[in-house]
Amino acid sequence: MAEVAISIRNVSKSFGSLRVLKEISFDIPKSQVFAFIGPSGAGKSTLVRALNGLEGIDAGEILVEGVSVHDRRTDINRLRTNIGFVSQSFNLYPHLDVLGNVTLAPVHVKRQGQEEARERALAILGSLGLADKARSFPQQLSGGQQQRVAIARAMAMDPHMILFDEPTSALDPELIKEVLDAIRQLASTGMTMVVVTHEMSFAREICERIVFMNQGSVLEITPPQEFFSNPKTERAREFLGKILHH
Amino acid sequence: MRRLVTALTLLLFLALPSSALTASPGILAWGGDTEGGAPYMFQDPRDLERLIGYEVEIVEALAEKMGLKPRFVQNGWDNLIPGLERHLYDVSIDGLEITPEHQDVVDFSMPYYVTHLQIGVRRDNFDIGSLEDCRGRIVGTLKQSYSQYVLETVGDVDIRTYEDEVNAYSDLVNGRLEATLFDAPIALYYGGPMREIKFVGPEIGRIEYGIAVRKGEEELLRTVNRALTELRDSGELRSILERWNLWNSLTARALQDYGPARTEPVMYTRWVADLQPELTWQDRINRYLSFLPTLGRAALTTMKVSLASMTLAIALGLILALLRVFGPKPLSTLSMLYVEIIRGTPVLIQLFFIFYGLPNVGIRLDPFTAGALGLGLNYAAYEAEIYRAGLLSVPKGQMEAALGLGMTRNQALHHVVVPQAVRLVLPPVTNDFISLLKDSSLVSVITLVDLTKAYGQLATTYYDYFGTGLVVAAIYLLLGLPFVRLARWTEAKMALALGLPGKGKKRPSGLDLRLF
Repeated sequence: MAEVAISIRNVSKSFGSLRVLKEISFDIPKSQVFAFIGPSGAGKSTLVRALNGLEGIDAGEILVEGVSVHDRRTDINRLRTNIGFVSQSFNLYPHLDVLGNVTLAPVHVKRQGQEEARERALAILGSLGLADKARSFPQQLSGGQQQRVAIARAMAMDPHMILFDEPTSALDPELIKEVLDAIRQLASTGMTMVVVTHEMSFAREICERIVFMNQGSVLEITPPQEFFSNPKTERAREFLGKILHH
Repeated sequence: MRRLVTALTLLLFLALPSSALTASPGILAWGGDTEGGAPYMFQDPRDLERLIGYEVEIVEALAEKMGLKPRFVQNGWDNLIPGLERHLYDVSIDGLEITPEHQDVVDFSMPYYVTHLQIGVRRDNFDIGSLEDCRGRIVGTLKQSYSQYVLETVGDVDIRTYEDEVNAYSDLVNGRLEATLFDAPIALYYGGPMREIKFVGPEIGRIEYGIAVRKGEEELLRTVNRALTELRDSGELRSILERWNLWNSLTARALQDYGPARTEPVMYTRWVADLQPELTWQDRINRYLSFLPTLGRAALTTMKVSLASMTLAIALGLILALLRVFGPKPLSTLSMLYVEIIRGTPVLIQLFFIFYGLPNVGIRLDPFTAGALGLGLNYAAYEAEIYRAGLLSVPKGQMEAALGLGMTRNQALHHVVVPQAVRLVLPPVTNDFISLLKDSSLVSVITLVDLTKAYGQLATTYYDYFGTGLVVAAIYLLLGLPFVRLARWTEAKMALALGLPGKGKKRPSGLDLRLF
């Protein structure tokens, strides 16, 4: 049995009377890629944001590398240095250039020297095809470039895993590929990853498991070939029917 | 950031001169208001560095008799008595009337001068010859003065009150007023030299000027009275009053001196001569150039007070805004209360409270500290609201992105949220500085001589509100101009740095120092 990176145990959460997560339990092994898919309102984003504590939970427990995320005694900042997070809206710091965006956390959180952080950042930016953008400001970049900078920013912390919350849904269609390529490249290094996505072919191609969610519940956790060819639940069949044949 | 704030606060306090409020041995510190003008005390039109006036001469003679060195302390006329209680000076002399209200709060020496009120009208007016004739007429006088009180008791007089007698007499000449009622010395010096004006009617009322001393300082009061008596007996007091053309029958009676005049009214003659020279343009320019040292010092005070208070306002405002937006509930509420209370009360009252009120609980601040503190604490409330808007306009995702990378909340605020908020608010904050520069004129109420105060002094000295006003306005503009430029530059730069729509396309590389 592979080492477990993230363990989700009986997690529930409500917004008022609306139950957005209903007793969810499953494990994500190390070096695997899990894709969360499902219709909107299924709870995918809430769950992925709960994994690094950006969302609280009402019941249950989430363990990252054996440490309880929502335990008050946990040093959440320290834990988060191991968990990269890339959101759909990039959220680059507009007052800093690309290099500043990538080096800010390593310098202030990991206490890396400026020079060391700079070199690491340039290497990562180079690997993502952004070497010539180091001195640009976010607003001078395309959406695809901005999202790749956000990925570089997450990678610069040397995280053990990266969470992607709909990384391509704010992008123009012609810019999606460059971002997916960057994520693919990252997957090939054996990084543990969770990707909330609507890109079905991408999910089929890179992930070990599809986690299909609907109305706060996980309905299926299956390998992609099986999920796309022979979904177990009626709801998944319906969902696939809608998005694959529109 | 905490380091920055500490440094700024420290800087602020280092910049402050140490307090020099306590009475010094061998010195007679006396309070007066140079803006009160002739003949009481005013800057010598022939040498602006010199203070002249019959009361200046009396104080100097008095101090000599007492064996002390006189030291003048400037304070606004309205605040001369609070300033005395505040220990800014030992005695106050500036046409302070011996009235029961005044005697409730301070003690007075024996009167050194007695005078009356005088009605003035235009030379072609033959309808008004007494106080009773003023019924139904428009009459000008000094704000909150004895003459205002007298006019009120007449009844049915349309009273217009003025801060400066000069303006009242101009309005009498140009027809806005039908009559004026002023203390006779003021009438003599400001109405007297005007050909269009004549004085009518009898001597009205009785005004006694005395030297004010803090209650309970009986030893000082005795010494002052003894010195005054010596001045009276030696004839020096009369000689001073005659030089200024102020000797009258009321004073003669009060001082028991009925002899014939002995001294020529040289100072009055000199005043009248200085008042009406035919100025060439060259003279005019030379006169305004001679203002520059006085105005320069005043501008420096204005600038120093403004910079110190803005530094405080910026630092404290940021702390208040951070507490309000990100602080725990009790601190957030406190911050809100601070802002509401400070914004809801006039800054003038806050200045008074800090300077004249706090000494009651043992906190004695020198005028500069009090002024910078008062304006700074006040503006901090406004800056806090600007910062708050700035902090709230930084998207939530920014904080999340920083937290997601393992930064603490404080690190995220320090490196991500606050820098963006500060950039957003720089233009409005810079604009606020420009209005602070002008509001700083309020510090004249706590004895500082800033630009506005200097304007009042010079304008009274030369009877020239127009030209002096233009010169002072130009100086205010010059002081504000760099900040207007800075506001525009930051606006352009911030628009670019934050991806906001702005006018400038290229990234400004440095501060452009050209004006306009």
